Amino acid sequence: MALIRDFAVQLAQMLLVLALAPALTGLVRKVKARLLRRRGPPLFQPYRDLLRLLRKEAVLAENASWLFRVAPYLIVSATWVAAALIPTFATGLMFSWSADLIAIIALLASARFFLALAGMDVGTSFGGIGSSREVMIASLAEPAMIVIVFTLALIAGSTQLSTIAGFLGSPEVGLRVSLGLALIALIIVALSENARIPIDNPATHLELTMVHEAMVLEYSGRHLALIELASMLKLLLYVSLIACLFVPWGLAPPEGSFAAYFAGALAYLAKLAVAGILLAVFETAIAKMRVFRVPQFLGAALMLGLLGMLLRFVSGGF
Amino acid sequence: MPVEIALYCVAALLATSVLGVATSRSPAGTPLVYGICLAASAIALVSALAQLLAGGATDSTLVLPLGLPWLGSHFRIDALAAFFLVVVNLGGGAASLFALGYGRHETVPHRVLPFYPAFLAGMNLVVLADDAFTFLLCWEFMSLSSWALVMAHHRDPENRRAGYIYLLMASFGTLALVLAFGLLAGPDGGYGFAAIRASAHPATMIAALVLVLVLLGAGSKAGLVPLHVWLPLAHPAAPSHVSALMSGVMTKVAVYGFIRIIFDLLGEPSWWSSMIVLALAGITTVLGVLYALMQHDLKRLLAYHTVENIGIIFIGLGLALAFRTNGMEWAAALAFTAALFHVFNHSLFKSLLFFGAGAVLNSTGERDMERLGGLIHRMPLASFAFLVGCVAISALPPLNGFVSEWLTFQAILLSPELPQWGLKILIPVVGALLALSAALAGACFVKAFGVTFLGRPRSKHAEKALETDNFSLAAMFLLAALCLLAGILPGFVIDALAPVAQSLVDGHMPAQSTLSWLAIIPVSESRSSYDGMLVFVFIALSALLSVYAIHRLASHKLRRAPAWDCGFPDPSPLTQYTASSFAQPIRRVFGTVVFRARERVEMPPPGDPSPAVLHVTLHDPVWDWFYAPVAFAVGFAAERLNHLQFLTIRRYLMLVFVLLILLLLVAAIWL
Repeated sequence: MALIRDFAVQLAQMLLVLALAPALTGLVRKVKARLLRRRGPPLFQPYRDLLRLLRKEAVLAENASWLFRVAPYLIVSATWVAAALIPTFATGLMFSWSADLIAIIALLASARFFLALAGMDVGTSFGGIGSSREVMIASLAEPAMIVIVFTLALIAGSTQLSTIAGFLGSPEVGLRVSLGLALIALIIVALSENARIPIDNPATHLELTMVHEAMVLEYSGRHLALIELASMLKLLLYVSLIACLFVPWGLAPPEGSFAAYFAGALAYLAKLAVAGILLAVFETAIAKMRVFRVPQFLGAALMLGLLGMLLRFVSGGF
Repeated sequence: MPVEIALYCVAALLATSVLGVATSRSPAGTPLVYGICLAASAIALVSALAQLLAGGATDSTLVLPLGLPWLGSHFRIDALAAFFLVVVNLGGGAASLFALGYGRHETVPHRVLPFYPAFLAGMNLVVLADDAFTFLLCWEFMSLSSWALVMAHHRDPENRRAGYIYLLMASFGTLALVLAFGLLAGPDGGYGFAAIRASAHPATMIAALVLVLVLLGAGSKAGLVPLHVWLPLAHPAAPSHVSALMSGVMTKVAVYGFIRIIFDLLGEPSWWSSMIVLALAGITTVLGVLYALMQHDLKRLLAYHTVENIGIIFIGLGLALAFRTNGMEWAAALAFTAALFHVFNHSLFKSLLFFGAGAVLNSTGERDMERLGGLIHRMPLASFAFLVGCVAISALPPLNGFVSEWLTFQAILLSPELPQWGLKILIPVVGALLALSAALAGACFVKAFGVTFLGRPRSKHAEKALETDNFSLAAMFLLAALCLLAGILPGFVIDALAPVAQSLVDGHMPAQSTLSWLAIIPVSESRSSYDGMLVFVFIALSALLSVYAIHRLASHKLRRAPAWDCGFPDPSPLTQYTASSFAQPIRRVFGTVVFRARERVEMPPPGDPSPAVLHVTLHDPVWDWFYAPVAFAVGFAAERLNHLQFLTIRRYLMLVFVLLILLLLVAAIWL
């Protein structure tokens, strides 16, 4: 019985992240538009966009290889698996032990690896510029993320996400300096990983500053739909990650009742909405950086994470 | 019994070496020599694997009446030696299989065939040796036979320089090892490993000195920064199957030498000696991958990347040393297993990648990535195998490279329990360096694969490339399959390593292969677990699900059209990103500090139609700060001592007399 319930929770989680991801992106776009005194597209526009893309014919560049066609499937599946392993409304996920937080980050790195390769496949200058800058950003964001994981793992005594979330939700944690440093660093990493302002502009085209959009420039039709879906999933993933680590209230415990799951789902929706609005406000309030200012910004995240980790090594009290 | 089998295989290899001399000029020589090497490696591999899987409990020993008359030549296979024999012979067998195809294109077979089996035999013998004399003799034999292979294409002045530097560093390394063994054996001179193990452990300072000497000796062979300088020159200079052996296997023999002396013979070094290892290893990982990112020669990029992986292995070994001196055997076992797992993994994917580079070299005649590109269309199978190697070496799940790095991270997370402050501060920094190098490795292999195999061909040779031969493909796919297997079934590898860890750090990781769902749990379930099998299945299932959904829901129409490129596609392949331009952002972020990278654009004056030129200058910090002063000092001293050549006999006699008096004085004061 318990097995069936855990499986049902895991399945619900997998479908939930897939269903909610476009809505979160839609919310961010809508709020941003409203803040700029535009009406903005409706909340459900991303779903329509995806369906429209699916129905269109795919145009492939003449010298695109099999890698170019396979990469979207790999990217979307790696991101989806990672997103499905992060507790959203309940911690008792059936397979949460199969990959810990380090493995989840590595799964995202796999997705990025193939995305960067796909950017180089056609052999255009824009694809190269995107891939080259993406790996430069990743080479700083990824170690920052690992260092943040170290900090959290040292506090909770585990790299298992369910255990960390459970521990951080318990009353014995309280406010800690290292947690605060980790939160700031994690937000910086999340902004850069999702190609948001001030690192990259998700709405940009036809300018030399774009990174993510430059890599996927040659994609169209169903392939583009998959890539778009993967980046929406990734945004949802990072919001869920921050939510389950730093605002773990309302998460249903492993042996929860139906009411607890329902409350958890409602709390999760509320967290998503708040995070989406905050992201939109932040993006509207700040300008995009020059590409070579980004390393300093991300280096700050790396140093904050390292500081938090060193504090944990020095004393258990921080 | 296994030691006899191994020695018979070595004898067969040595005989093949002689055969290689005899048949090298005939066309039948190549398949004959590599075929026998393949068979001998396979037999040695099976025998060593059988002993390792049997738990390695029984050591198999043999004394031959060779070598020093009062000592003889001792040979022994214990669990550690069995594991390294597996690594050596797996790599050797794969390289021989690859060479069955690749070797046919060799222009100077008479310079490769005699030395190749000797090189294989030398590596086996180092692992088998059980006394200091045999060990050093075989070590030197291995160095010299590989030097001969590096010099195979000696007409190229760059290769001659590589060979010269390699010979210099190899002799220096052996000298350090001779001194280390001298200190270990003590004044009584017990050179058998059993005698060294049984003798009283040396004092703290002597132990630290031995550690430093072994770091110099084995570390220079393995490629620890700053002793790595010969490695990126020598490894690419050799024929590709030999490069694979040197990078994938010979560096592991050096790691074996380090483990054998430090973990087995030395006893208990003090805790701060692990700090030396950890600090060097941390610097090695990051510098290695940064060097690799700056390269545009495919084989040199791979060679520099070996330096990074050696750093990862030594991080694991340093952690194991730190844990062991503090009596945390279970944590030491985790770190040690992680290091050995990475030894195994690196021997797989680095050999695979060098085979790929060899295949590219064979079909295009180019090693320079700036003149390659688009090979995925012309060499689909070889490029697929190379891609698997790239994913594995970039530590991406579900392949094997990720598992060993994950285990290393788990070991780092156990280190707050260490009592010493020095280690508490150093280990988080090393952890951050490891994370940085993992991310940079991903960037490095996006570059290596993206520039070489993707995009449009940048030269005529790349345009006319052909798929490589079946033997080469078989070797590459064998290693690629092993990379996947070790990644999704890591529990079996960890269990096979348990007897090795048990014998050297007095502890082993909990049994993994009996766990449900084939997961691995290094410490406890609530702490951390990873399941490569399930992750692989999940990715495969969700990919299949999305393929199915797309197939059912989406349009099937597909049209080929010119590239879009924001509306400005340029037909010239020169407008693509090259290896240097791909690395430019990273060069600006890291290189300005580490390599003092400077970029200068020379614009022609208005009206002058000549193209603008971009100059990039890089300084190698290790050459500048380490070798240049040494070379200067040697040159300076030689210049001064030159005068001594032209003295009269009277003055020479006086010199002898003064020296004698001085030595007598020293002896009088000392005793």
